[in-house]
Amino acid sequence: MNTDKQDSSEKIYIEPPLAPKRTRWQEFRRHFVKNKLAILGLIIFILFFFCAVAGLILTSGSNPLFDPAMVRLQEKLRPPLAKPNLVSLKPAEVPTLGIYLMGTDDLGRDVFSRMLQGAWVSLTVGFVAVGISVLIGIFMGGIAGYFGQHHIRIDHILLTLALIFGTGLMIAKFAFIGTLILLLCLAYIFYSRQTRDRSEEQEMSALKMILHGNAFSVDTLIMRIVDIMLCFPSFFLILTVVALLPASIYNIMIVIGLTSWMGTTRFVRAEFLSLREQDFVAAAKALGINNFRIIFRHIMPNAIAPVLVSATIGIASAILTEAGLSFLGFGVPPPHATWGNILSNGKNFIFDAPWLTFIPGIAILIVVLSFNLFGEGIRDILNPKLKGRS
Amino acid sequence: MLSFIGRSVVQKTITLFFVSVVSFLIIHLAPGKPSQVDPLNPKFTPEVVERFQKEFHLDKPLYIQYVYFYQDLFTGKTVSWKDNQSVLKKIWERFLNSLPLFIVGTLLTWTLSFPVGIRSAIYRGGIYDRSATFLSYLLISIPGFFFAYVLIRFVVPYFHVPVIGMETFGMGDAPVYYLIMDRIWHLLLPSVLYATGGIAILSRYVRSQMLEVEGQDYIRTARAKGLPPEQVHYKHALRNALLPFVTMFGLILPGLIGGSVIIESIFSWPGMGRMAYEAILARDYPVILTVNFISAVLVLAGTFISDLLYLVVDPRIRL
Amino acid sequence: MINKKALLCVENLKVYFQSNGARARAVDGVSFEVREKETVCIVGESGCGKTVSALSVLGLIPSPPGEIVDGKIIFSGQNLINLDEKAMQKIRGNHISMVFQEPLTSLNPVFTVGDQIGETVRTHKKIETQALYRYCIQLLKDVGIPSPEQRISDYPHQLSGGQRQRVMIAMALACDPDLIIADEPTTALDVTVQAQILDLLRSIQKKRSMSILYISHDLGVVSVIADRIYVMYAGIIVEQGNTTQIFRDARHPYTQGLLASLPSLSKRGKRLNSIPGSVPNPAYKPEGCPFHPRCPHAISSCRKEFPKMCDWRQGHLARCPVLFESNGHKGSS
Repeated sequence: MNTDKQDSSEKIYIEPPLAPKRTRWQEFRRHFVKNKLAILGLIIFILFFFCAVAGLILTSGSNPLFDPAMVRLQEKLRPPLAKPNLVSLKPAEVPTLGIYLMGTDDLGRDVFSRMLQGAWVSLTVGFVAVGISVLIGIFMGGIAGYFGQHHIRIDHILLTLALIFGTGLMIAKFAFIGTLILLLCLAYIFYSRQTRDRSEEQEMSALKMILHGNAFSVDTLIMRIVDIMLCFPSFFLILTVVALLPASIYNIMIVIGLTSWMGTTRFVRAEFLSLREQDFVAAAKALGINNFRIIFRHIMPNAIAPVLVSATIGIASAILTEAGLSFLGFGVPPPHATWGNILSNGKNFIFDAPWLTFIPGIAILIVVLSFNLFGEGIRDILNPKLKGRS
Repeated sequence: MLSFIGRSVVQKTITLFFVSVVSFLIIHLAPGKPSQVDPLNPKFTPEVVERFQKEFHLDKPLYIQYVYFYQDLFTGKTVSWKDNQSVLKKIWERFLNSLPLFIVGTLLTWTLSFPVGIRSAIYRGGIYDRSATFLSYLLISIPGFFFAYVLIRFVVPYFHVPVIGMETFGMGDAPVYYLIMDRIWHLLLPSVLYATGGIAILSRYVRSQMLEVEGQDYIRTARAKGLPPEQVHYKHALRNALLPFVTMFGLILPGLIGGSVIIESIFSWPGMGRMAYEAILARDYPVILTVNFISAVLVLAGTFISDLLYLVVDPRIRL
Repeated sequence: MINKKALLCVENLKVYFQSNGARARAVDGVSFEVREKETVCIVGESGCGKTVSALSVLGLIPSPPGEIVDGKIIFSGQNLINLDEKAMQKIRGNHISMVFQEPLTSLNPVFTVGDQIGETVRTHKKIETQALYRYCIQLLKDVGIPSPEQRISDYPHQLSGGQRQRVMIAMALACDPDLIIADEPTTALDVTVQAQILDLLRSIQKKRSMSILYISHDLGVVSVIADRIYVMYAGIIVEQGNTTQIFRDARHPYTQGLLASLPSLSKRGKRLNSIPGSVPNPAYKPEGCPFHPRCPHAISSCRKEFPKMCDWRQGHLARCPVLFESNGHKGSS
């Protein structure tokens, strides 16, 4: 409907000014930057990381730059920033920077060096423990969430029990019977594989019907395992295992990891349950994509959000747990320093040498705080329920 | 409703059975022997060791030991290996010690978290909220034992609050009033410690629940009806926000037996946590297993009560 | 036309939101009025600012991101913008009440229906429990809910969608308001239920001599119940008039586009008309007339100047000087 007032050259169709395009990563960065506490957390974490790595390099080996193990009984319980008494020390015993940056403990060891050594322990315990628990959690939660409705048949259970039994017998030196049972299991597996395709046509005998009956679903199984694990008070479990096993840093990390996967499993399972029903999964299946690819490439990136949050908070909690264990005497064995055992040593001198408790305590506080802030910051950003985030 | 209860009970009993098996296996398969049967232990001669083994069926295969143990447990005959007292009696005594600490601590936690959390949510972003948030983060991140020592260092010299044990030695025949005050005085620091961590976490959770509820449409409807803000927040929002906490209530139950090893160690409080800790060190199997079993029962009972409470409280769920 | 008294008069309302670093001009200078005993509709697509306008009347804009930057909202001689919270509470639910779009989430799930209706009455009037109970049952009857004595103690999730919306209407009617603001009350319902609710609203309006401000994006609904219509686009009113004027004689390209894009039997076999392009982001609106990028009549001045309202007589106004002048009219109001 052109009128003569309109210039023919001005049949305008201008693309309206649109909002600037941003990728998901850029959106995340923008929101993250606004949350000052989360940035503070991240900065402190980076500092901590450097300290830990530097600490490991500077204090390990036979002639380290900062020696955490050098005992100088004549210099015990010196306060921070105290100058060493050069007269009483051999040249090798003089602290590296010329002063005791954080004082000395009751054996005259330089607290600064010990803190550096302990930083690495805290870092690795946190990350490895959480790494283990997150891996287990994602695996269990993913399977429970995605394959939840698959049922485990009775013959599967019997087969598993027979396999365990057979292996057990073999180890317990009943080799003959053990091997026999294992062979029977293998035979059964082969047999059922062969007849699987033909089972539709054949009449099922009564025995077959029992064997093929459904016992319970995968989801129930995994959730029951989670419930069983939850019945054990976690700190006690860790304490029990750590007390009974030889003390080593690896045992501690593994045990903490093995006892804290339950929360992650629950989160992941919940996310998978809701994501599985969404249309993009149906679309992927309709395209013929196999299950594993769907899980890892399509669903997992969406389910990652709560895992990330609980991972950062889990690191904080793992560091606290390790400190607690050291405090009770079950941590990494002496003379290796951890922040927990410096504190534990220091508790006997709390009125005379408060720095022995305060310095590691505040260090733990700051590091754990930074992880918590960072985790909460991520949670606020990734929370889809908060309005104003499109 | 009845079918739900029935199904729940059956499921939980099965879980309990598995828990008992797993804990039994963990204890017995762990390396190291209880000191009483350790061949290297100089205190016990081989004859004593053998008698011990016969008495407690330690020479029999694992599954028989299992049956014996649980038989004894249910008939109340289990005996501690360390000091030969009946396990149940020991647990009961220590439980009574832990109980006041637990009750006061939990009471403090729950009564203080809600006002703080609710106020933070309603005046979100204000000074109250920001300082409460800051304090919460601090309290969550501080290692418990460190905080204890900070408290001790600063509070004790000025207020002379006792830090050892449950009661002052030699109170004996003092009047009841003094005894009670003494007990309360001793309870002070440990229960404050017990509560602070819990308050930090719980109040944050209360806050986030309140915030989520306040963003809902029905709150907007309530305001559109002209309801005064107190009614909007405390009648409409709170009632919905509290739903998950009612269920959390049932989960306090397991805390009864948890105690806290750390708090009890620091304050030399003779409670359940310490007893379990000492039992682990001494490999006192009966005690460890009994404590484990009771704790599992409490966890399962607690979950059961939570589920039941949820049914009662939320009108949307009716079985 | 008899000039009825204006019940609600909104002048040059501007509501801006601060989000993601940009200032979204959700309502950008809107003026409308609702007179006694009439039904006024505000029509527009999602995102044009109609809901925000309605919410600002009752002061329900969430304040940290949004604020009323300019304008007046006159009701019963008072400027509602200047009233403090306590005074607004006396008006909400009492003289002006609101019905929302989603009845399931707009009703509190843990209280019974009777409780929520009764609460409105108790807040604004003194009434004792027995009388309140009878009154609520009468209200439920008025909105057409069968067996109200049983329904009154039901929870929202136990009712159907249509019944829930009737309950919302009952809540809105409870204190006999002068004006009901209805924000797309039938969008979430099935078509047959929709018709029932519209009938209900019409009969209630007649019986109680109230006014209704009805927000909708559905032209079909609007054609049935509106006395007067305001068409909104990108935060401004682009056309206003009574129902006949708008539907038979639309004078703004946007309204014309909307009407032309309605599917109907006469267009069978032909291509559906659609307005090219999409609604602008409220934070990044085009210069000049916000519709010009999509307008078939746009000329260069549309890009530069913000168009004023043109008077087509008898209360019919449209914000398009191009069509106004091309029709032989000179100047604009």
